[in-house]
Amino acid sequence: MDDIQRKLQQNSKATREDRLGKVICYTCIGFIILLVACILYFIASKGIATFTKDHVNVWQFLTTSNWEPGNLDSKGHPMVGALPMIVTSFSVTLLAALVATPFALGVAIFMTEISAKKGAKMLQPVIELLVGIPSVVYGFIGLSLIVPFIRGIFGGTGFGILSGTLVLFVMVLPTITSLTVDSLKAVPMHYRQASLALGATRWQTIYKVILRSATPGILTAIIFGMARAFGEALAVQMVIGNAILMPKNLVSPASTLTSKLTTDIGNTVMGTLPNDALWSLALILLLMSLVFNMIVRFLGKRGNIKNAS
Amino acid sequence: MHPKRTDKIATGIIFCIVATVVLILAFLLGYILMNGVPDITWHFLTSQAQSFSAGGGIRDQLFNSLYLLILTLIISFPIAMGAGIYLAEYAKDNWITDIIRTSIEVLSSLPSVVVGLFGYLLLVNQLNFGFSILSGAIALTFFNLPLLTRNIEESLNSVPDLQKEAGTSLGLSDWKTITKIIIPEALPGILTGVILSSGRVFGEAAALIYTAGQSAPTVSYTNWNIFSSSSFLNPMRPAETLAVHIWKVNTEAVTPDAAAISAGSSAVLIIVILLFNLSARFIGNRIYKKMTAAK
Amino acid sequence: MKTYDFNDNYIIDIDAENAIETDNVQVSYGKNQAIFDTSLEFPRFKIISLIGASGSGKSTYLRCLNRMNDKIATVTGKIMYRNVDINDPKTNVYEVRKHIGMVFQRPNPFAKSIRENIQFALKENGIHDKNELEERLELSLQDAALWEEVKDELDTSALALSGGQQQRLCIARSIAMKPDILLLDEPASALDPISTSKIEDTVQLLSKNLTVIIVTHNMQQASRISDYTAFFHMGHIIEYNETRKIFTNPKIKATEDYISGDFG
Repeated sequence: MDDIQRKLQQNSKATREDRLGKVICYTCIGFIILLVACILYFIASKGIATFTKDHVNVWQFLTTSNWEPGNLDSKGHPMVGALPMIVTSFSVTLLAALVATPFALGVAIFMTEISAKKGAKMLQPVIELLVGIPSVVYGFIGLSLIVPFIRGIFGGTGFGILSGTLVLFVMVLPTITSLTVDSLKAVPMHYRQASLALGATRWQTIYKVILRSATPGILTAIIFGMARAFGEALAVQMVIGNAILMPKNLVSPASTLTSKLTTDIGNTVMGTLPNDALWSLALILLLMSLVFNMIVRFLGKRGNIKNAS
Repeated sequence: MHPKRTDKIATGIIFCIVATVVLILAFLLGYILMNGVPDITWHFLTSQAQSFSAGGGIRDQLFNSLYLLILTLIISFPIAMGAGIYLAEYAKDNWITDIIRTSIEVLSSLPSVVVGLFGYLLLVNQLNFGFSILSGAIALTFFNLPLLTRNIEESLNSVPDLQKEAGTSLGLSDWKTITKIIIPEALPGILTGVILSSGRVFGEAAALIYTAGQSAPTVSYTNWNIFSSSSFLNPMRPAETLAVHIWKVNTEAVTPDAAAISAGSSAVLIIVILLFNLSARFIGNRIYKKMTAAK
Repeated sequence: MKTYDFNDNYIIDIDAENAIETDNVQVSYGKNQAIFDTSLEFPRFKIISLIGASGSGKSTYLRCLNRMNDKIATVTGKIMYRNVDINDPKTNVYEVRKHIGMVFQRPNPFAKSIRENIQFALKENGIHDKNELEERLELSLQDAALWEEVKDELDTSALALSGGQQQRLCIARSIAMKPDILLLDEPASALDPISTSKIEDTVQLLSKNLTVIIVTHNMQQASRISDYTAFFHMGHIIEYNETRKIFTNPKIKATEDYISGDFG
């Protein structure tokens, strides 16, 4: 058997390299999977301790509005009603998305349909910069500009849902915009040409053809924006007022899930009910982020079906 | 209404919206820079923070931010690289890959405060790292991994399959082909992604408050022994970063010149991130040109 | 398109030393079979063309010969090279590809300098002697008829070359490895006529020292350069004969129809 024949039938340096490379890559990806599993497990197990260990009623936790985890109410139950935080979190999220969406749509339409070359070139860095500004800086600007401004108009402290909404509006704007741009770009060129050839004006084309066929993508963009708003902690915490009250209006101090967590987790002792209750808030955040994820997947599937048919 | 007229009105509204957004950004940047830049003095950058009196600087916070960033990249880049290579080159089209992709999506959509709390639970408490740079860097790694991984995967996928075939047809192993041919070609994209993610890491605070801590103990910049607790390089010491500092002086501290410090710090933060953004574009373009055209 | 009886075929036995031969090779992509029982012999130091319409499986078959279908398709059957079945999963695929090189349809030089394009794989295979590296660089570029054009700019990026030059560089890159067999997958289909004829000259020159198997859709090209020709149709080998004979006197109706331009 000659040398070449032998080499053909033996492992070589290349075989070992490939094996090593695979081991490295599989390890890295395994690490990420393990990490995600750990996060879910840790937060979930801490989060349900309130209900399993401290015997708080889940329903009561979600629907009552007294949050004094250290104290008991008249019936001897711990007072852990998370409703004010839940309501506030959803309010700022929905309001921010509601305000930001028209702006995001406008900018995205401008970048793809009206001035696809110059406009896109000019606005792309604007969006990237808005994404790049750290949330504490948004919080600081909110604190030094928006809060006094609101105070000036509506009186009171200026802290509250309205300030939170305005700060979040600017923060989710780039997210929604850039994803909307992607989905508008994905609309095939011949849709536009066909519509314009039929004598439709540009706006009719945009409104009746392009926005319609990009709807799943735009909804996905909005959900991503909402996920960002829902999970945002510090910027909101700086302008929301951090009072654990059921929000009565948009300009009274309130508290979101995230703001409550950032303020209090360091002031409670691990393993006690006040601390467990906070982890339950974290669990709500985690679950909501999973829900947003599922909605995005669902929309993605629907979008695919729509494009395929 | 007449369609042509609607068209004109709609276009007008869109122009107004675009102008508003551009104005918002211009105003934000203008506000931060105009308020902050006058506060940035040599003294501000090189002196210690003060808790109760005016005139404190941000020397330690600035250093901590950079040190944390570097440590985070050292930890997260290799993992993201391996995971990115896996997704781009090894992943088959099956349910396992589906689970992997879903996991990465979940990780990337987790609020950073949740990631920070997990870090607090696992690193600070369970593993007893305490409030430390190491805890912070690992928490930031968790936060950074999904985006970096996806960026690397995309960059690798943008290299044509033909290149891989060229390598393997010469008898090179897949691994050699990936590391020596595909990765160099994907480098502009990878680098741009790394720099942009650096900006994100640099400005992140929520994941750090309960991992790297909120205090900046006095450290010696001449003590190079990383095991010494007073060394600036010691990864086991707590470290307040610039972003955390801004949050803290605004919410908890009693420093009299909190507004000026925040403005100055915000300006520094923004300038650093702008520099990251610009250099990402510049370096990406430069390497791309160097690789594709000789002259 | 007419349907033909795939069992109606004509395959000659070649009485010569074979560089490589396949025995009942079948290829399938998932449930779709792309190549049916194919047994062919390729004599040493000859040029063999594989012709057929697009989708006939000729490229797929070619790619089996140095295992480039690994991970893409399932290949069964035996491929004998130096008395070793190189289709055996245990065979060292990297060694196989060192001896059986391949050049693809579209030029794919690395984004490196011309010098590095040639020397990269050599270095990885343990050749570090400077003189030898330089010698192989020059020889392979000369063999690929590229040396005169690039000898003064060896350190510039290969991507700055024209398409035809890039393809010749890819050939040079393959032959620098000193392979036994060179597989060419429509190497000139993306090139202009002048580049094409340069590549044809190169291929004919190369066959003094190695066996060339070339896939082409260009029948003139096949008849100009090759010694033997195999005609593929819908995943079946229909006819294999000396090139001269197959083009002047095809034995099978399908071959005749294809050559006379009835389909393809």
